[in-house]
This record gives sequence, C-alpha cells and structure tokens, in this order.
Amino acid sequence: MAEPIRLRTPLTEEAVTALKAGDRVLISGPVIAARDAAHQRLVELIARGEPLPVELQGQVIYYVGPTPAPAGRPIGSAGPTTAMRMDAYSLLLLERGLKGMIGKGRRTPALIEKLREHRAVYFAAGGGLGALLSERIRSVEVLAYPELGTEAIRRMVVEEFPAIVINDCHGGDYYTEGVETWRVPSE
Amino acid sequence: MREIAASTITAAVARLCIEACIDLPEDVETTLRRAQASEESPLGAEVLEQILENARLARAQRLPICQDTGFTSVQLLVGQEVLITGGDLYAAVNAGVRQGYSEGLLRYSILEHPLRRRNTGDNTPAAIHTEIVPGDRLTIRVMPKGGGCENMSTLRILKPSEGEAGVKRFVVESVFNAGPNACPPLVVGVGLGGTFDLCAHLAKRALFRRLGEPSPDPDNARLEQELLAQVNQTGLGPAGLGGRFTALAVNVESYPCHITALPVAVNIQCHAARHKEVVL
Ligand code: SF4
Repeated sequence: MAEPIRLRTPLTEEAVTALKAGDRVLISGPVIAARDAAHQRLVELIARGEPLPVELQGQVIYYVGPTPAPAGRPIGSAGPTTAMRMDAYSLLLLERGLKGMIGKGRRTPALIEKLREHRAVYFAAGGGLGALLSERIRSVEVLAYPELGTEAIRRMVVEEFPAIVINDCHGGDYYTEGVETWRVPSE
Repeated sequence: MREIAASTITAAVARLCIEACIDLPEDVETTLRRAQASEESPLGAEVLEQILENARLARAQRLPICQDTGFTSVQLLVGQEVLITGGDLYAAVNAGVRQGYSEGLLRYSILEHPLRRRNTGDNTPAAIHTEIVPGDRLTIRVMPKGGGCENMSTLRILKPSEGEAGVKRFVVESVFNAGPNACPPLVVGVGLGGTFDLCAHLAKRALFRRLGEPSPDPDNARLEQELLAQVNQTGLGPAGLGGRFTALAVNVESYPCHITALPVAVNIQCHAARHKEVVL
C-alpha cells in the first residue's frame, strides 16, 4: 500500500482536487466536531439568514459524539458516527464553503454529486476505533451549544489523524471500488 | 425462595455496563485475531489490526472501546424461586445503568421521546427483557448496543414458498445494505419464526451467544455456516473497504411459526460486540 498523504486543515482547493478515492491520509490541524443536533441548528440559522457560530470556509467537519474526557486526557473515546444522517444538512454547509467531512458509511448520490460541484471530499475514519482515534486528538474546546452535551459543536485539533478518501471531488467512490475488488461472483 | 436484594442488582448492572463498554469479550477478540491472520485484503488486514489495537488500548487506558456506548440492552433470566427484596426490579436495573454510565464516563445516548428528542441525561431507561426460568438464580446480561449497526437491522415476514433460499437472500441483502454504516466485520443475529415481536427478539438473543458456538439445532447450525460463507462473498470486508471478512459469525435462533408465515429478523452487531453477564 502507498504511504498516506499528509493533509493540513483548513483544506485548500488544490489539496482537495489532488485527492482520489482510496487515498489514505493523515490529517493535522483544527477540525469542527458536529453531529445530528448541531447540524440541525446550523441549518435552521441558515434558513433564518442568521450568522453561524462557526466559520465553514475551507473547514473539515468531523461527525463525532465523544464520551466524556477522563482526567488527564483532552477527550474520551471519539470515533466517527454514521455520515448519511447528516446528508440533508451537509448539502447546505457545502454551499457555505465546507471542504471536508469525516465520518463512516455511505453517502447519498445527491451528496456525492454536490462534492463534485463544490470541490469537497468525504473521508472515512475507523468506525468503532474510538479509543485509538482519541490518541490523535490533541485539544478540544466547546465552540457552541454546550447544552447539547455530546452533540455540542467542538473545535478539535488533530495530529496525523488517519482516514481514507471515500468520495473525492471527481465522482470516485471507494466503497464501490473496494467491494468490487473483493466480491466473489455468484455462479 | 432465595432472596436477592435490589441493591445487589443495581451494583451488578453498574459494573457490567462499565466492563462491557471497556473490555471486549475474549471470544470476539479471538475471532478477530483469527480473521486478521487470514484476511487477504491488505487494507482489510490493517483495519482488523487497528480494531485489535483499539481493544488493547481501551482496556489499558480504561476508555470505552467505542464512543457510542449504546442503548443498554439488558436480558434478565429470573429463576422462578427468586424473590427480589428492597425495591422494584426494573428500577434497580435502571439505577445500575445510571450509576455505571456516570462512573464509567460513558456516553448518554437516550432520548425521552422519539419525536420530542430530549436527552434523558443518564442513558436510562435500559431496553429490558425478562424471562422466567427454572431455579433460584438471576442471570443478568448487559449489551450496550450502538446505533450504527442497530439502525441497519431488518425484519420481514416472507411467504412460506420463499423457503430457505428466500431466507438466505434476505439475510445477505440486509448485511450488504448495512455495509460500512454498521462497522463490519459484523456478528449477524438471525431470528427465524415466531410472531413479529418474538422474531426480532430471537435475532437479538442470537447476538448473546458465544462466537464459534453453533446452534444445537443441526439445520440452524448448517444455515449459520452457509450464511457466513455467503455474507463473506459480498466483498464488503472490514470497515466496508473491501475484503473477505464481512462477518465474524452468523448466529441463528428459531421458534415454531404459523402455517402462513416465514418470519425472518436480522439484528446487525458491529465488531464492537460488547456484552457481559453475571449470575447472582
Ligand atoms: S456501529 Fe458499533 S463500532 Fe460502529 S460506531 Fe456504532 S457502536 Fe461503534
């Protein structure tokens, strides 16, 4: 397997365009942690034409709802959650300049098409690897909606956070490619 | 009658919640290790290695294996000669969940109503199932069930004419649709027969069986092997990134059924197949 590509956030258009489905990456820099409830609030603000509590231009959103931080660690277990639940909301956030998303699982065709249109990328991180991935999170700060608990919006600074490009901005879909490679054709 | 204090049950449930979330069961870890050694896809083998590393780290650092510490699924096998004293059984179980999730720094993922969607703030109530069994013991089984895989579970009442082939088609199709969302390699719990509710319950119960232990019914045992082979031909593989190990096991539980029906339920369990039990 090829060496992983090192990426820095926020993501530039060039960095995103160079990525292909199946590329393994190590992401370093700040990311925004947000999931269902936070997405719903952001989209409500957009609908009302109000300012957002976070800047989205060039940013990467990590779909995660962590466990509480034990003493001496910035965060508890913190792996990705299922991305598809966010698809309806992500379409609008991509229009606001969002460049990357980290989650797990398939996206809808509408979202994949939107990635092409807005030059953005969807990465999968290891589902169910919450303990291991938390070691790559250096610092955590709640940015908005602390009352949402695990669903609050957080700023996380990650270092060499491992992920794989599932949907690139050229229409590539690694979930389809990977399965095709290993499927045993039925007689 | 043998007496068991409600407070004993609370303490046991609290400990089981914490241990289940932190300590991957030995049968799951052994099966993962075997899969890792024979996975042909390099990326798949790497994912399996990371899963094992994650389990080791969780144990060493006392961290939850996965941040989704689940809906607490609790099975109670209550001996008919047991008398619970000093409190209500279900209240005792929920008090244990409350204590375990708070002390264990586990995540609160339960909402008080599916539409109002307010978090209960302590992961209660648990999803409790009770069975009355012979004897004077109380067995408590705790399974923190994550949303990613539970949400991909399915149930269909097939026509009897669809037969075994129809059952297999439905199970394989369910697993494929679950795909990367459910964090493979999976444990697939299959319920066959019963009524609508019982069928789903059988599928969940199948997930409590030790990996590698076949069904005592020879037809179910054969079906388990054939389904596992078929599921592993889909190519999904670890994390759905392509490979041989889409599932670690398929467990089938059956029950008699009505002459008009062939009910099948598929309860999907991710690789974080967490469960612990105690006999009081
Ligand atoms: S499906 Fe399982 S391993 Fe994956 S995120 Fe949910 S609980 Fe964790």
